[in-house]
Amino acid sequence: MKEYFALFRIRFINGLQYRAAALAGLATQFAWGFMEILAFGAFYRANPAAFPMEFSHFVSYIWIQQAFLHLFGPYGGNPDAVESIVSGNIAYDLARPMSIYNRWFAENIAGRIARTALRCLPVLVVAFLLPAPFKMTLPPSLFQLAMSAISIPLGLLVVVSYCQLDNISTFYTMSRQNAIFVVAADFFAGGYIPLPFFPEPLRKIVELTPFAAMQNMPLRIYSGDIAGMDAVKAVALQVFWCATMLLAGKLLMRHSLKRVVAQGG
Amino acid sequence: MIVLENINKTFRVAKRQAGFGRAVKALFSREYELVHALSDVNFKIHDGEMVGYIGPNGAGKSTTIKIMCGILTPDSGSCEVDGRVPWKERVAHVREIGVVFGQRSQLWWDVPVIDSFELIRDIYKVDQKRYKNNLDELTELLDLGEIVKTPARSLSLGQRMRCEIAASLLHSPRTLFLDEPTIGLDAVSKIAVRQFIRKQNAEHGTTVILTTHDMQDIEALTERILLIGKGQILLDGSLDELKRRGGEQKIEEIVAALYKEYQI
Repeated sequence: MKEYFALFRIRFINGLQYRAAALAGLATQFAWGFMEILAFGAFYRANPAAFPMEFSHFVSYIWIQQAFLHLFGPYGGNPDAVESIVSGNIAYDLARPMSIYNRWFAENIAGRIARTALRCLPVLVVAFLLPAPFKMTLPPSLFQLAMSAISIPLGLLVVVSYCQLDNISTFYTMSRQNAIFVVAADFFAGGYIPLPFFPEPLRKIVELTPFAAMQNMPLRIYSGDIAGMDAVKAVALQVFWCATMLLAGKLLMRHSLKRVVAQGG
Repeated sequence: MIVLENINKTFRVAKRQAGFGRAVKALFSREYELVHALSDVNFKIHDGEMVGYIGPNGAGKSTTIKIMCGILTPDSGSCEVDGRVPWKERVAHVREIGVVFGQRSQLWWDVPVIDSFELIRDIYKVDQKRYKNNLDELTELLDLGEIVKTPARSLSLGQRMRCEIAASLLHSPRTLFLDEPTIGLDAVSKIAVRQFIRKQNAEHGTTVILTTHDMQDIEALTERILLIGKGQILLDGSLDELKRRGGEQKIEEIVAALYKEYQI
């Protein structure tokens, strides 16, 4: 394990050094958060009955989403991993006594936590201090708080194990372009529009996919939109997708390493 | 001890002629060519040997090295290094070997070289005392004193190569694979690196397999020569014998004559 912690450490330190990027990111997250709340607030005022979430749930959803954007976003996983496959530097990675899968996993999580550590506090503090309709609230009960404390790390693991599949696909495509992986995942995870706003048959299907197990579940459990037994079911689905994608990733990795080539000689 | 028996490796390579028409045609049907990178490669290398692995560009040198390092899986044939099949027991195997790919970098680009060294120390679980001994020795011999505090991206090629070689030796590997390790080195560094490799071999019995196009590397380091061309081992003999055959000729000319003789 020590070697993975060492990698985690260097990645974490690396992630902390980009102050300007963090500031710019913060500005974006505030702007985006306010914009979403104002836009959806207009819908809510027009017809509260047609709004599929309670407004306070929606507001909390948006603010944690913005605070934890880099924890759950399906983007920015391991640019180095993709680059090393495409450039052929994977040769050196394979010459190290460690599992490539676990290594990418550790690096991905480290980068996410570092980027989130720099950004989440200001967003959360401001969101709690805002006046009433824009204000982020605590979970409605201790149970919801506890469930979200389980669901948040699980959501992270689901995202990372999904990114691993994306990384491994590079062995087959030999391309740096993975937009379809990212945009589809972000959309179906509720990154642009929360899943309750999806039209009916689509919503039911999407809620069973791994995408729904990413940010959708922890955010809605925290706010109280998914409550009681539904929260337990949601966590179970997260565990299922996490285990499935981990297993799929490990198997795919084994297959791809058998046919790996070091590009560029 | 390294044993390769009947190793074969082919790559599928997409090919097309130059030009717009051909490029459009390739959109619909692509032509692939099977390149036989290695056909029926056999050799044995004993512990403590220093072997020069030579051949023209594209002969299969790097492919062989990568198979012995556990990076590539051959299509058929067997390979054992110290009793292990490299690609099957990769993690256990690579712990015992050191690798330098002269045209690549293993150092983390944005951090000082010393940080990379410490990361490598943790990855290989080198204990602190051995790490310090190795680092001191490497620093002195390769003259790394000031360089290691600099981020890898700010180093010149030669400075970086010295660090790359040091990085591959921090865990005292039993076998060292050097794939063109002297690219970009100045005369002083080249001599330092050669001295260092000889010292490793003499003091620690490190097995060294070296590919290079620099015949002075070969002359300074190796006693045995393996010549590969078009994926086949063409010659396996001692350097002295080769020199005797060549008479007055320089080693460079002898090798060029060999390439001609085997039409590779």
